[in-house]
Amino acid sequence: MDNNIWPRRALLPVLTLVGFVLLWQACCALFKVDPWILPAPSSIARNMWEDAPRLSGQLWFTLRLALKGLGLGIAFGVAAALLFHLIPGVRAALSPLIIITQNIPLIALGPLLIVWFGFGILPKLILLVLVCFFPVAWSMLAGLGQAEPHLREYLSMIGATRWEVLRRLELPASLPSFFTGLKMTATYSVTAVIVAEWLGASDGIGHYLVLKSKGYDTAGVFSAIICIVALALAFYGLAALLEKLAIRWRPARRGAAQGGRGA
Amino acid sequence: MSESERSAKLEVSGVSMSYVRDRRRRLVLDRLSLNVMAGEFVTLIGPSGSGKSTLFRLIGGVERPDEGSIRISGREIAGERGHISYMPQQASLFPWMSVAGNISSALTTAGVGAKEAAALASQWLERIGLGDVAKEYPHVLSGGMQQRVSFLRALLMPRDVMCLDEPFAALDALTRAEMQAWLLGLWEAERRSVLFVTHSIEEALTLSDRIYVLSRAPARVLREIRIPFPRPRRADVWKEPEFVRLKEEVLELLQKGAEADHAL
Repeated sequence: MDNNIWPRRALLPVLTLVGFVLLWQACCALFKVDPWILPAPSSIARNMWEDAPRLSGQLWFTLRLALKGLGLGIAFGVAAALLFHLIPGVRAALSPLIIITQNIPLIALGPLLIVWFGFGILPKLILLVLVCFFPVAWSMLAGLGQAEPHLREYLSMIGATRWEVLRRLELPASLPSFFTGLKMTATYSVTAVIVAEWLGASDGIGHYLVLKSKGYDTAGVFSAIICIVALALAFYGLAALLEKLAIRWRPARRGAAQGGRGA
Repeated sequence: MSESERSAKLEVSGVSMSYVRDRRRRLVLDRLSLNVMAGEFVTLIGPSGSGKSTLFRLIGGVERPDEGSIRISGREIAGERGHISYMPQQASLFPWMSVAGNISSALTTAGVGAKEAAALASQWLERIGLGDVAKEYPHVLSGGMQQRVSFLRALLMPRDVMCLDEPFAALDALTRAEMQAWLLGLWEAERRSVLFVTHSIEEALTLSDRIYVLSRAPARVLREIRIPFPRPRRADVWKEPEFVRLKEEVLELLQKGAEADHAL
């Protein structure tokens, strides 16, 4: 069933995308746009092909950094959600600080972190964790509190321990929200890693982007953008796949009548 | 201690409970006393909002009574959890656990080892004809089947008293009659001490050894009625003339309770 519907649903967006690229190509040819202002898709593709070894090396570097930051961010996010959920008062005490960290622009925070922690990997990881942990922590925290009241009542009536309530009810009930947060974080992490590399790195797609834009190599800039978008899409897809594998108890494709409510 | 007190599994004596709502103290239970003997099926029947669920929360130890004592097997347990097994109105199965997992996890809460719990669950699911869905998620089961699993989960927990809170209220009439006959058969084979809550007079008379008719809130015991029909009980016991007489008696009590309430 799933396999039959998927191509038809994908057809329209793919057609739009192809149409857009063709229009772009036609405009560049028709109006003879200078390649340093807007390169044609064909010249971007050629640039990517010719620069493939370097691009893939840079992409690999960025990917590893993003995965490290993402992993740490998720770990911190889950830990924070559990801490806030289990120990009353911690949430009220710490939320102002956390909200503040989320409101400082990355562009301002990055240079500060470099001043404090140097040009190594540490300031980049700190930046990534600050960006990545928040969506995970906040959505998981909401999920932990939203467990079905009648299941909670059942567990307290049979005298389940706090740990049993957490493991049997709250953690599984929070999984859909956790994955909502994870999908957000997965795409944020790519943006954040590019900013981190932009600010101070000798490798990575972010660094490549800086070099190309300083040299007015617009085709190179677009090549980097395509890599970044592809990476973000891949991260999102991976998170969505993990969600599908982890949450198998929901009745297939029918409204969430019995199981968890839809996110 | 007298003979009858010694074999009482559950003894509620002089229990009162009130809540503060809209800044006014409302009495929900008024010096309520009742008991359940070993192997006895006792039903509470009363108008909605007569505090039956509150009583269950007190027996479950989720809340503490203002006054009075609650004993299970002779030990005071007011405010202590983990002494009863429980079957709520909604099946309350965990959607992310298999049918067998729902049962075995509840058993581990009651102190059964994980291996033994899993063995018991699969053995009993087989016995009630649900062996082939043991590994499925609960949402594949119909409402009646989910309630069977929920009842089995309560039955298998090694606790002294089973509390069943209107377990069939959400089922359609046909399924409900089927479930009553099914529960009757299973219970008569196992003879656990049961405290059962229902709105249905027929259900109370069909299943119970004794029923307590409760008043409107604040709940008091209006009358205690011993049901004379022999065990094992036939599901068509409602055809007996005595059944009709008892039904009238209970109905009259409940109506009188309602009138008294209006008179206030």
